[in-house]
Amino acid sequence: MTKAEAKTLVELAGAGIRRDGRWLVRNVDMRVRQGEIVTLIGPNGSGKSTTAKMATGVLRPSEGRAMRAPSLTVGYVPQKLAIDWTLPLTVERLMRLTGSHPAVAVESALDEVGIAHLRTAQVQNLSGGEFQRALLARAMIGRPDLLVLDEPVQGVDFTGEVAMYDLIRRLRDRTGCGILLISHDLHVVMAETDTVICLNGHVCCSGTPDTVTASPEYIRLFGARAAETLAVYRHNHDHTHLPDGRVRHADGSVTDDCRPDDGHHHHAGHAHAHHHDHDHDHGHSHGHHHGRDGRPAARGADA
Amino acid sequence: MLDDFFSRALVAGIGVALVAGPLGCFIVWRRMAYFGDTMAHSALLGVALSFLLGTNLTAGVFLVAALVAVALLLLQRHGALSADALLGILSHSTLAIGLVMLAFMSWVRIDLMGFLFGDILAVSKLDIALVYGGGALVLAVLALLWRPLLAGTVSPELAEAEGLRPERARVAFMLLMAAVIAIAMKIVGILLITSLLIIPAAAARRFAATPEQMAVLAAIIGAIAVGGGLFGSLAWNTPSGPSIVVAALVLFLASLLPVRELLARRAASDKGWQP
Repeated sequence: MTKAEAKTLVELAGAGIRRDGRWLVRNVDMRVRQGEIVTLIGPNGSGKSTTAKMATGVLRPSEGRAMRAPSLTVGYVPQKLAIDWTLPLTVERLMRLTGSHPAVAVESALDEVGIAHLRTAQVQNLSGGEFQRALLARAMIGRPDLLVLDEPVQGVDFTGEVAMYDLIRRLRDRTGCGILLISHDLHVVMAETDTVICLNGHVCCSGTPDTVTASPEYIRLFGARAAETLAVYRHNHDHTHLPDGRVRHADGSVTDDCRPDDGHHHHAGHAHAHHHDHDHDHGHSHGHHHGRDGRPAARGADA
Repeated sequence: MLDDFFSRALVAGIGVALVAGPLGCFIVWRRMAYFGDTMAHSALLGVALSFLLGTNLTAGVFLVAALVAVALLLLQRHGALSADALLGILSHSTLAIGLVMLAFMSWVRIDLMGFLFGDILAVSKLDIALVYGGGALVLAVLALLWRPLLAGTVSPELAEAEGLRPERARVAFMLLMAAVIAIAMKIVGILLITSLLIIPAAAARRFAATPEQMAVLAAIIGAIAVGGGLFGSLAWNTPSGPSIVVAALVLFLASLLPVRELLARRAASDKGWQP
């Protein structure tokens, strides 16, 4: 079965969420199919988590549509999770948090992420990496159709990040689930990603990442193993979100909102630009206050 | 055996402790101790209103505590004040309004101390039926809510994303708290109810590996505290409600003793090791 024929798990069409008179995110088009990996990137407050919540059905879009395959099951790995010391919780019990599973299933789920030896450990005593793996095992144990990962490599070092992406890929390959991955890293994404969607209150751009393997420079920086796992998403933005919420466009004009149809955006294929190497001919590069342009080099030094 | 006031007190107190333990675990896990206190304090307003309107006392206390919980939820969602300040305002103002109302109702003669600190020795057979009937209902609902409530305690986003509706479970849990306050008011009193919810749960923490173990242990520790407190109050002629709380505190302090470490050290020194 080719990807085009694969079952669509969730689809957002022009979806947006309005809260207290303000649009948290707007005009999102997104589709996750079976076996597909979609990565949402964007700075803090850009609406990544809100978009994911529309996809899982936690939030109903204020405009547009959110469609889910009937009886879709979701596995979720939350972004931050601080479990109070007063709550006694073993890894084994964590696996059964949202559903009951036989001991064999718990055993194999933990084995798959490589922490079978921690079955009876208290979750508060796990290291950051072990805890992330436990959460991943927990999300996968119910054999979800859709796995949603909210910044799964946050706080994990570079080697851990490569290993984590490796693990996510293996889980996808084995189970064929669709994956919606949220990342605050604007430039380096998981190599297997089918679609990258860059958000900043709306879909800034979307497309496919370039594999790192294509660039000898990155192989030198990341190492060959990382090069198979990570990919670079090259993108420049044609407008800047000002602190007061207005938008300054490349032509110097300032508008209150940022809509693809406001005439300020150059690329017609805004939402579904397939070949994605859109260095627009504007005088500025990456105006989103991300300040992460030097990230790949810094990463290399860490490794 | 229920003809004796002391046995009635013991049976009723243990019944309350068995319900308060598991419920109290969630109060500890979700850091709702002050919330529980606020609901308990509002019970006096419920008492005053029941006397004013001539309605059933337990029902009045339940309704007012539940209304206060809903008010807190709404104010937290829309208000500008912090949750902490809101709790402080509601906690003491409901208690004060209750006291003022009772003072105005000169035709009502009640034992205020009994409401504030419990009057367990005046427990009737009807009270016992209420404790066990209501308690069984509360535990049954808690068992039904257990999974979404626990998942929501660990992470509301996670529970929601996987379709467990933790918000609904949270509201239902508050109603359970209101019910337990209404049932337990007579046993330990408005000012001490929260301690019977929290202290046994806190004492159980060190000995539990899973949430379920902690809930069962909290119920057992609470029952032991009720027994110890009542016998203590009989032996030393102390007020029963506060005696139960002191007994619970003693159990909690005992749970903090590094028993395992001491045993390990003794075992080590027996073998001739120097620590």
